[in-house]
Amino acid sequence: MTDIKEFGEFETAWCPGCGNFSILKALKSALSACDLSPWQVLLVSGIGQAAKAPHYLKANVFNGLHGRSLPVAIGAKLANHELTVIAESGDGCMYGEGGNHFIAALRRNLDITIIVHNNMVYGLTKGQASPTSEQGFVTKAQPHGSPSAPFNPVNIAVTMGTGFVARGFAGNREHLSGLIARAIKFRGTALVDILQPCVSFNHVNTFKWYKERCYELPENFQSENRELALETSLEFGEKIPLGVIYENRKKTFEETFAVLQKGPLYTQLHEKKALQNVIDSY
Amino acid sequence: MKREDINILIGGAAGQGLVTIGQLLCRTLINSGYEVVVTQSYMSRIRGGHNTFTIRAATGKIISPRLGIDILVALNEETFHLYRHKLSKDSVMIIDDSLEYEFPNTIAVPFKSLSAKLYENTVALGVVASLFGINEKSILPVMKKFLGKKKAKYLNDNKTAFQKGLDHGNKNHPGNIIDLAPVSPDSQKMMMNGNEAIAVGALAGGLKFCSFYPMTPATSIVLNIIKHADEMGCVVEQAEDEISAINMAIGASYAGAPSMVATSGGGYALMTEGISLAGMTETPIVIAVAMRPGPATGLPTRTEQGDLDFVIHGGHGEFPRVIYAPGSIEECYELTQKAFHIAEKYQTPAFILTDQYLADSYRGVTPFAGDSADPIIAGNRPEHENTPYDRYEITENGISPRLLPGHSKHLVVADSDEHTGDGHITEDLQVRIQMVDKRLRKLTGITNDLLAPEYYGDDNPDILLLCWGSSKGAVFETVRLLQKKGIKAATLHFSQVWPLKPDLFMKTLVNAKEVFCVEGNATSQFAKLITRETAFVINKNILRYDGLPFTPEYIVEKLDL
Repeated sequence: MTDIKEFGEFETAWCPGCGNFSILKALKSALSACDLSPWQVLLVSGIGQAAKAPHYLKANVFNGLHGRSLPVAIGAKLANHELTVIAESGDGCMYGEGGNHFIAALRRNLDITIIVHNNMVYGLTKGQASPTSEQGFVTKAQPHGSPSAPFNPVNIAVTMGTGFVARGFAGNREHLSGLIARAIKFRGTALVDILQPCVSFNHVNTFKWYKERCYELPENFQSENRELALETSLEFGEKIPLGVIYENRKKTFEETFAVLQKGPLYTQLHEKKALQNVIDSY
Repeated sequence: MKREDINILIGGAAGQGLVTIGQLLCRTLINSGYEVVVTQSYMSRIRGGHNTFTIRAATGKIISPRLGIDILVALNEETFHLYRHKLSKDSVMIIDDSLEYEFPNTIAVPFKSLSAKLYENTVALGVVASLFGINEKSILPVMKKFLGKKKAKYLNDNKTAFQKGLDHGNKNHPGNIIDLAPVSPDSQKMMMNGNEAIAVGALAGGLKFCSFYPMTPATSIVLNIIKHADEMGCVVEQAEDEISAINMAIGASYAGAPSMVATSGGGYALMTEGISLAGMTETPIVIAVAMRPGPATGLPTRTEQGDLDFVIHGGHGEFPRVIYAPGSIEECYELTQKAFHIAEKYQTPAFILTDQYLADSYRGVTPFAGDSADPIIAGNRPEHENTPYDRYEITENGISPRLLPGHSKHLVVADSDEHTGDGHITEDLQVRIQMVDKRLRKLTGITNDLLAPEYYGDDNPDILLLCWGSSKGAVFETVRLLQKKGIKAATLHFSQVWPLKPDLFMKTLVNAKEVFCVEGNATSQFAKLITRETAFVINKNILRYDGLPFTPEYIVEKLDL
């Protein structure tokens, strides 16, 4: 276990009472529980309030474009698979603008962790509906209520047989930190969808709203049972399950590339003889 | 009659195997010592339609396609109707004897009685071979190279079909035989097209990672990298879209793998936000854009030089970039290597701007020297673990030390937001000015490193033809044609189209009596770029935007002298 102080303390641009503070703390303690030091970790984020999180702890950071954290994380992992790569962003960034990348990332199964701050609303752009907003959720942009059904990331991930699928709650920090640590240690793509109140723009799904509904799955929950996982992934309403919903250890993307078995890509130097063979083949 | 320069057009529907026999014939001609320039024109479909594979073969140096057909291989009746008006009295046509046609110098071939449908193309190849004295001895090694990986039966059946065609041709020669003057064989030369040369150039430049979404005419760049990826230690990933492709390549480059993407105009449109990200995060990246006619889907499989403005400007905000536009197969190889070096040195995007014509144009090329390749090593090494490290340290030349994440205890922080020296988000407006200036200071070095345009022809010419990219060959040959007519002519070819350094070419423009700009678009984009950068006005433009490449004859006709 590394000292959590290695990850530092920073001033943030978040609203007082924001769920992001708790998620940030949970992430730091998970990294320390995984015995990782800042230089071994790469945090990749997109744009949004959640996407600022990597600026508030010590690590290697690539804070890219809105919706595009996953492609950057995938490219970096393929270039150096010794790095612990975590893509971290909000629901709008991961499930909206980056929806296509999210689905493709689940298919690939690289050994990366996807952390999504899911507050069911757009914060940075001041309160429009997000892909996870409930149908009928009223905003200035959706005055008659959000007309579309919400995206269920946990259900999609389980349906696609994703390696590791978990749901946490910002209001249950120790439990969340444990989930993130397990996700980082899992070999394969791990999704941690984190429910989080937005004190400024979501006055429906408040801390109290979550607190009344969220419950922890029992320790003996059979997370390797796909049917049970599917059923659990659909439970979202009066009761909302928290915990590891699905685990499915399978070959990672890196393991399928013969080239990567020789070590990280950046360490493999060019051989002039191999190049000459290529030239001579034309 | 011994000829020094002939044009062979093989035409037919997609699926008739005309590219296969075109490649076999082309390789055999190269082995026999001839110079070749191939032009491929095809429709955006897998079966049917009308496609052509044109081989210009010559005893001396040629670098351009030309007009006219000396041998027409019509694999279907449509080919005859489309090209009959281009045949001269000396041309020879090869066609199925069951089709309707009317042309005196014809070798009619009873394809159906000579072979199964699958091998009709190879029978046609045999007939063509009979016109050149190519025999089974020279074609067999070529067939093995191209078809050897398929089933033995397939190779044998092709051999038989070729022999039947050859025998039929020898027995049925028309009176007027077209024959190329003999040259000494040269089995050392490669047969390579522009996209293959870009792929090999990328490998020579140090490529380790490539991500792409398939798009004609760029896809074959990536397919050629994939062919060699295992032996060269590269990873190639097909992304879910071009947005992902460019962001993935940027992530890989940030983490230490020299990276490239390849696409065409529409795909590049999706990539532009990522190009801007590479500019802001100062991440080296090579982007190959193979142009085709737009707007939108346009003519997906034809050629054009219509995306020059777009590639110069695509991507929001202001940041330095470098754009090379190769004019030959050799330049595709050299400039792609150079793009990797420039991208790494200046930590910014570098482009290879090519087009469908050059992408698909096979030539005989002297093999590149693998020994003299200079693959880049990504990033800098940290001096001391304990000294502080700022990814975007303000420096005099604008280039900051680029450490790689996970290689030392130094933390590498990159941000698409405006950032401080240590890479963290800022809205300090003084820092903003410092960072913009720092990024743009790299332009001084980039300008010092840029390639001068290549001048060819007479001094103080009456006619100066400006050109860029793939039209080089056609324009150089135009100069020779004009000189033969007694006109003082010259050309200035730009293989780097951005940035421009007027000191390198202004005198040349001023010294010419008349300046024409030859380019494959409808709005004279390069001529206007020259005017914008130099205030020198070029209002004589020779443009082409019918999806076909320039030929010397086309340019001479438009010059209307």
